[in-house]
Amino acid sequence: MKFTALQQTITLVKKDILLELRQKYAFYGILLYIVSTVFVINLMIGKPEEKIWNALFWVVQLFVSVNAIAKSFMQENRGRLLYFYSLVHPRSFIAAKLIYNILLMAIMSIITLVCCITFLGNPIINIWYFIGVIMLGGISLSLLFTMLAAIAAQANQNAALMAIMGFPIMLPLLMMLSSIAKSSFLIVYQPGLPKLFLMMGSMDVLIIALSMVLFPFLWKD
Amino acid sequence: MAKHWWKALAVLILTYTIIAGFTHKIPIIGTNGQSSRGLYFHVPMWICMYTMFTISVVNSLRYLAGYDLRKDALASAAGGVGVFYGVLGFATGTLWATYTWGSTFTSDPKQMLTAVALLIYMAYLVLRMSISDIDKRARISAVFNIFAFALLIPLTYIIPRMVDSLHPGSASTPGFASKDTDNNMKAVLYPAFLGWTLLSVWIFTLVVRYKKLELKNIFK
Repeated sequence: MKFTALQQTITLVKKDILLELRQKYAFYGILLYIVSTVFVINLMIGKPEEKIWNALFWVVQLFVSVNAIAKSFMQENRGRLLYFYSLVHPRSFIAAKLIYNILLMAIMSIITLVCCITFLGNPIINIWYFIGVIMLGGISLSLLFTMLAAIAAQANQNAALMAIMGFPIMLPLLMMLSSIAKSSFLIVYQPGLPKLFLMMGSMDVLIIALSMVLFPFLWKD
Repeated sequence: MAKHWWKALAVLILTYTIIAGFTHKIPIIGTNGQSSRGLYFHVPMWICMYTMFTISVVNSLRYLAGYDLRKDALASAAGGVGVFYGVLGFATGTLWATYTWGSTFTSDPKQMLTAVALLIYMAYLVLRMSISDIDKRARISAVFNIFAFALLIPLTYIIPRMVDSLHPGSASTPGFASKDTDNNMKAVLYPAFLGWTLLSVWIFTLVVRYKKLELKNIFK
């Protein structure tokens, strides 16, 4: 019985979701991480004003994504990876990881937003726009870190390596995201906003394309 | 000696450009004063860096096509020399900015994005240092090199042209076209491009020879 690549990908995504629902280890770990971080910020600074709220939100998002995605790759040991190697084409594997991490980051972004609003006050004027922006941000960060976690998983599963490789590349992404998010706090006219969206979108497409092309080379181990 | 003529040429050209760059007359425009001489150093550094990174990514692609470790040595040597020239280019630009833009580390898009691109390549060097198995290191760093180069071009070249920036060649500051450049400056600038590129290729060949000595049991 031959499965198409799409069916293979969907099966792998379902496998990851099922594992997560059963054990909930990563989910609760990251939930605790988000709540503690936001609570510590609240203890130190009370209810910050817009720019600082924005900056802290994106910093929390960054560290949440690094942790969540590192966990999703680290929990596979060598034996299981070899088993997958014999079963599916590497592109289906990386596509499944990308989709699963996007779903995970989307949920985590909403949770971070709820925590930040609860603990740090709500300076947002345009909530639906902000939710759209954090979805875009979550997707971009998860795409990037999935690719890097795949690279780091080959190099002795070193989580620090993923952070080292990831931080320079993530700097321009976060710069663009925080300037896009500004519109949801202040009613200002931002010239060049569609251009920023286009640049974010094209960087995402670039990262997806690179992952699809380069991951099969990493896989041959 | 016949094979090394280009090295002697590099030394001669560089001697000429450095001496002429500092002594001959340049047009004094506004408050730029003598700082325009930075053009002779800043732009060639970046050209060397782009040349080195192109050599590096081409060799990474060739490595992934054939798994020949010699290509990996070429790629890593070019990456290292490219980072060196990139840092020099960034330093010359920052020095120039101190006198023309007013402050050393501004929030200018080109300066920041170039720093980011250099950090990405430094992460490439760190990645190479952290893996000890030779074949695995070659494969993984080749993949990351392609990734880094694919990000380098949008970050340092495309995005700064689209946004408002103080750097020439952006959306709000006119760039240098060849007809805008004074003929006196052209006489030093174009040889400077050639001289610095030849020097960078010379350093690259030396680094490759050193790496080949290090791994000589593999290359036989």
